[in-house]
Amino acid sequence: MTLITRRNALITAATGSGLLLAGCTKVRFGDTLTGSAGFQRVLAQAEAWTLSSQRFLLSGGAMAREYSVADISPKFKANGTLYPSGEDYEDAVNEEFARWRLTIDGMVSHPLSLSVAEIRSLPARTQITRHDCVEGWSAIGQWTGVPLGLLLKTAGVLPQAKYAVFHCADNLEGEPEKGGMQAPGQYYESIAVVDALHPQTLIAHSMNGKPLDVGHGAPLRLRVERQLGYKQAKYVQRIQLTDRLSGLYGGKGGYWEDRGYEWYAGI
Amino acid sequence: MTATADAPAAADGAARRPPRREVIYRHTVLVRLTHWLNVLAIVVMLGSGLNIFNAHPHLYWGQKGSELDRPFLSIDAVEAASGPRGVTTVAGAKFDTTGFLGVAVDKGQTLQKAWPSWMTIPSYQDLANARHWHFLFAWVLAVNGAAYLIWGVVSRHLKRDIWPTGRDLASLPQSILDHIRLRHPTGEAAKRYNILQRLAYLGVIILISLMVLTGLTMSPGFDAFAPWLLDLFGGRQSARSIHFLCASGIVAFVTVHLIEVVLAGPINEVMSMITGRYAVPPDHS
Repeated sequence: MTLITRRNALITAATGSGLLLAGCTKVRFGDTLTGSAGFQRVLAQAEAWTLSSQRFLLSGGAMAREYSVADISPKFKANGTLYPSGEDYEDAVNEEFARWRLTIDGMVSHPLSLSVAEIRSLPARTQITRHDCVEGWSAIGQWTGVPLGLLLKTAGVLPQAKYAVFHCADNLEGEPEKGGMQAPGQYYESIAVVDALHPQTLIAHSMNGKPLDVGHGAPLRLRVERQLGYKQAKYVQRIQLTDRLSGLYGGKGGYWEDRGYEWYAGI
Repeated sequence: MTATADAPAAADGAARRPPRREVIYRHTVLVRLTHWLNVLAIVVMLGSGLNIFNAHPHLYWGQKGSELDRPFLSIDAVEAASGPRGVTTVAGAKFDTTGFLGVAVDKGQTLQKAWPSWMTIPSYQDLANARHWHFLFAWVLAVNGAAYLIWGVVSRHLKRDIWPTGRDLASLPQSILDHIRLRHPTGEAAKRYNILQRLAYLGVIILISLMVLTGLTMSPGFDAFAPWLLDLFGGRQSARSIHFLCASGIVAFVTVHLIEVVLAGPINEVMSMITGRYAVPPDHS
């Protein structure tokens, strides 16, 4: 019995130190893999699987849940740029966005240029939806705006167009608390044309019944429900229809995408 | 043992050798394969999950929640006269967790983050890459789990080996006493899972299933496909909290599981999960 107990004690010690070693090396091993270009390609595979499976599940055009007025967050956290820098935006705020234009160009048959007043006069949709930040928090707000599909129908999207790219007025400094790649840059975003045509995808001009405030993207922002917060581009000035994302900014289709985040943000 | 203690050294060696242990085929290839894939997936999911948690170290109940609402759990770094302190708040009660949660030292540097570097993948704060790890191994976990469950039903493994019978349940008090006294089943009794094993394995199957479902509930895309998940778990933020609590449950399971493996004879137990063959501990009678 003593022999067996001693053997067990030895084995226990060996297993224990093995696990401890595994625990310590796990971290380094994980860091090494994360930094390797080859493993980054493996990691990127998950996004392709997520995108194709969600495209399949959502092929019927399923709607994001809409909430009631009682569910609206008393304080809707503003994130990313809280006030775009530069005199141009400051001037635009002072003149209440009277000269702000939204242009729609690129692969369209009739490029558009609309004032905020014109956009406000178009048929609007109001929806109370949940905004899910990539960090983990959620807030519920009411958005009013013109369905992007309506604008795109007017502009006439050419069949070869695959993406709608949103060019924004803000230069984001980065958010170091998220870790990872951080460098200041012009904010932009892109979504697939199929998502741009979804009935809940809006160019929103109002939030909770009032014109958008600066923190939430005045005068115009994107609402693409069924995707995370970083896709909801604020301070939108130009929508460009294109068949490729390479060649624009960092080439990955968005400010955060260029800093390592998934282009498809349905998860 | 005592009866043969005085036997001369010249006596037949075979008689003094312990009786040959009966070896049974305990774990099928599918159980072994899914077990080790689960080990890999769960280690990565826990490490990357804690890195993701660090991006917003607060948990809420309901559909919505941000720092502007009231979390039921928060891990913060608070500036004090002596330097930053880690403060963990659970349901209003504050605990100083400096050195582990909120504020910890990593390679000589004092870092302000909820979970310490040695527990997260990557070790440094990197939400984008932690998400890549998490969602790649989420596929491994979900596909592996689905394969196990489908095979478990078809082969009747779940019904035969895991689902407790009435007699198993009746043996619960005795089994608890035996486990407390660290007395493990031998002979015939060791050839099948005892009631505490059955409940533990059933429990971890349920926990992993809940992990996958609450994880999907956090996906705004999957929510549009299956909005009933939001009702099932009481909202996206509730699902996020349940996700964290189930992960804690899995950590508790793994801890007890590893202790039991060591107590029951680690080589025999680990080898049985590699080769499938398990040496039955002989009766002492």
